[in-house]
Amino acid sequence: MTTVVAITAGLSETSSTRLLADRLVESLGRQAADVSVEVVTLRELAHDVVDATLTGFASPRLQDVLDMVTAADGLIVATPIYKASYPGLFKSFFDVMDTDAVIGKPVLLAATAGTARHSLAIDHSLRPLFAYLQALVVPTGVFASTHDWGSEGAPALEQRIERATGELASLLAGTGTGRSRDDEFDLFSETFRSIAEGPKA
Amino acid sequence: MGGNSMQFGIFSVGDLTVDPTDGAIPTENEKLKALVTIAKKVEDIGGDVFAVGEHHDSGFVPGAISTLHAFIAAQTERIILSTSIAHITTNDPVKMAEDYATLQHLSDGRADLVLGRGNTGQVYPWFGKDPSKGVELTIENYQLLRRLWDEDVVNWEGRFRTPLQGFTSIPRPLDGVSPFVWHGSIRTPEVAEIAAYYGDGYFANNIFWPKEHYIRLINFYRQRYEHYGHGTPEQAIVGLGGQFFMRRNSQDAVNEFRPYFDNAPVYGHGPSLEDFQAQTPLVVGSPQEVIEKTLAFADYFGDYQRQMFLVDHAGLPLKTVLEQLDLLGEILPTLRAEFDARRPAGVPDAPTHANRVAARDAALAKADA
Repeated sequence: MTTVVAITAGLSETSSTRLLADRLVESLGRQAADVSVEVVTLRELAHDVVDATLTGFASPRLQDVLDMVTAADGLIVATPIYKASYPGLFKSFFDVMDTDAVIGKPVLLAATAGTARHSLAIDHSLRPLFAYLQALVVPTGVFASTHDWGSEGAPALEQRIERATGELASLLAGTGTGRSRDDEFDLFSETFRSIAEGPKA
Repeated sequence: MGGNSMQFGIFSVGDLTVDPTDGAIPTENEKLKALVTIAKKVEDIGGDVFAVGEHHDSGFVPGAISTLHAFIAAQTERIILSTSIAHITTNDPVKMAEDYATLQHLSDGRADLVLGRGNTGQVYPWFGKDPSKGVELTIENYQLLRRLWDEDVVNWEGRFRTPLQGFTSIPRPLDGVSPFVWHGSIRTPEVAEIAAYYGDGYFANNIFWPKEHYIRLINFYRQRYEHYGHGTPEQAIVGLGGQFFMRRNSQDAVNEFRPYFDNAPVYGHGPSLEDFQAQTPLVVGSPQEVIEKTLAFADYFGDYQRQMFLVDHAGLPLKTVLEQLDLLGEILPTLRAEFDARRPAGVPDAPTHANRVAARDAALAKADA
């Protein structure tokens, strides 16, 4: 069984970001065999994430989510774009995650916005973040502005969703880059590292 | 002095923090005098140790601990005066050897040291050191400090200070036995490694973070202590911090402490008091609740030698701190009895000058026989 975590950073209820994430999850389910997907809504963890940035350690329920992300085979990440980039809560979540938690993991990037003028935010904001995290980002990013949900843009959005999840499914079925956070594992440095980084945050 | 299988004490960082309930903030003079008052109170309630953490940032007063401790030593008879921590990175080891050996003599063996890297990078350049060299400075400086106390004449050369040729630090340690050294760290495993290598004590501050983090560090130290041939993991010398606020009635403690918690440096404006208590060693409640949470430390970390508590932080007024110490004095007999009852044979007593001199003499007698 392949496990995928879908992280959605939509801040409103109901949110178009969550809607986009659900579409991606549904599409992945059709294109990848034997995949189980857990959806994480960052809004529900907002206080835990901010607390962890202040205290340096994660609450038990945030830690459960971080552990789930670390253990996943791949990620779908969906965020709204505010003021040309992702919102602070989205960044804070990745700030409190272990630096090496998503090394080598296939990641599909998706974003929503109120205007098409934010359409390059995936490439200008999200890709650099995931490059830093050494994730393997699928080539197609899925951006949806208000326009794309209408009848005019909907077919193109549907095509982008299918193409992106197809790329993710393909990577999940193969061996990806063949890299993971367990690279160069040895008992002594592992012990050192877990201590040096403090509580898993 | 000391002589208990387990030592209990108070550690302070000497912070000048606004009291959130009335806006009062102590002057440097008031805070320094308050530290002396707290130390004397520790002796009055039957405590064993008073420690102060070296700080050089504004907003703190303990920059010159051996001076402060000498003043306290002159007004106390029994308590051990320690650090929480003293900076092994930025202080000159030669000056440290002489300062703390002087304190050891004047206090008749009541000085020991918890050494660490220090918690802020900006301190390094104030003392002419490179903040990127924290671990290297820790290793080199401690190796020199050790030799200055253990060897009468030292020839030494290192990377971070001028060489020494035929140098003898003065005064020589009291009775030829140096102050006991603990090494304290929050996140640097190399510091636990140093403690294990030398067979010194290891101190985990055990405040602010979940116990699982400190369990990893302490277990690592205990394993490495055995690796270096100093004894079994259970024989390693462990000290812990802790944090409480007590009133006879649990709800009174919560109500009184909450504004201090909510506005405290480090964790204020973050998680709730309830969540923080559930997730870290902090306990706010009745004396019985403090006893129970403290005794549980031995379940997590193994039987250990020293328990220190932080009580004078976050703007709590001196009067309240002294009331906290009165309550601590009331539960100390129970804590001692319960910890002693669960302690297996073979777990060493807390280090004191007297038992370390006796151990040295016994080792010499055995070598002669």
